[in-house]
Amino acid sequence: MLSCRQASQLISQSLDRPLTLRERFALKLHLTICKYCKRFGQQIQTLRLAVTKMVSAVENDNTIEMPSEAKKRIALSVER
Amino acid sequence: MANLHDWLSEHGDYLYRFALARLRDPHLAEDVVQETFLAAIKSPDFAGQSAPRTWLTSILKHKIIDVMRKNVREIAASDLMSDEDANMDEFFDEAGHWADKPLAWNMPEGTLEQKQFLGILQTCMDKLPKKLAQLFMMRDIHETNNEEICKELNISTTNAWVMLYRARMGLRKCLEINWLGA
Repeated sequence: MLSCRQASQLISQSLDRPLTLRERFALKLHLTICKYCKRFGQQIQTLRLAVTKMVSAVENDNTIEMPSEAKKRIALSVER
Repeated sequence: MANLHDWLSEHGDYLYRFALARLRDPHLAEDVVQETFLAAIKSPDFAGQSAPRTWLTSILKHKIIDVMRKNVREIAASDLMSDEDANMDEFFDEAGHWADKPLAWNMPEGTLEQKQFLGILQTCMDKLPKKLAQLFMMRDIHETNNEEICKELNISTTNAWVMLYRARMGLRKCLEINWLGA
């Protein structure tokens, strides 16, 4: 039987690689009895979505501008 | 012929935000935007660009990956990665049970778009070691598959899994503490 420590590692890795049949079986078994690891799995999915939202929020935030000194510096550097 | 100064004033802020969102560091963001313009002006494709923003963004993406590659190589060599279970003890007890059991997150529709929630997520990202945060961003933003990222970053896939696991554990816990007020 997997411990929560092992199960949570596999859950995380399942976002990064296909698990083996044996791993999937062991994980499934663990998840039927462990609501905490099940929550962990849902939460890291949510996290992934949240990070995407966070990135587009910054990208589309028109109030964020490049500092004017940096713009001047870039303008100068491309003239050289 | 295209004018680089016009491009700077029209697209500079966008490119800066694009880089800032991913690198999470204003100085690094300025640097990669500068390198992007320098690369653009030297490029033989420069004159014929009809969609400068798209073109500049594609150059910028490569510059961002270059920065991440360098940084991630440094974490791989640092003590953050000294062994596979590195520093995970705070999350589990000796028997491998959760030290703090994950709580139920009740997220009403639209939570992920809320300024307050996104602000807390930003804060939690800032608490991660910066380079770890960058790897995490790279994995979760770019659609590239893992093997490709690892090849790009010159780290083993096993190292990447361990780093991503650490990043997710840290972020999850930080969100739970700061957002749910647990």
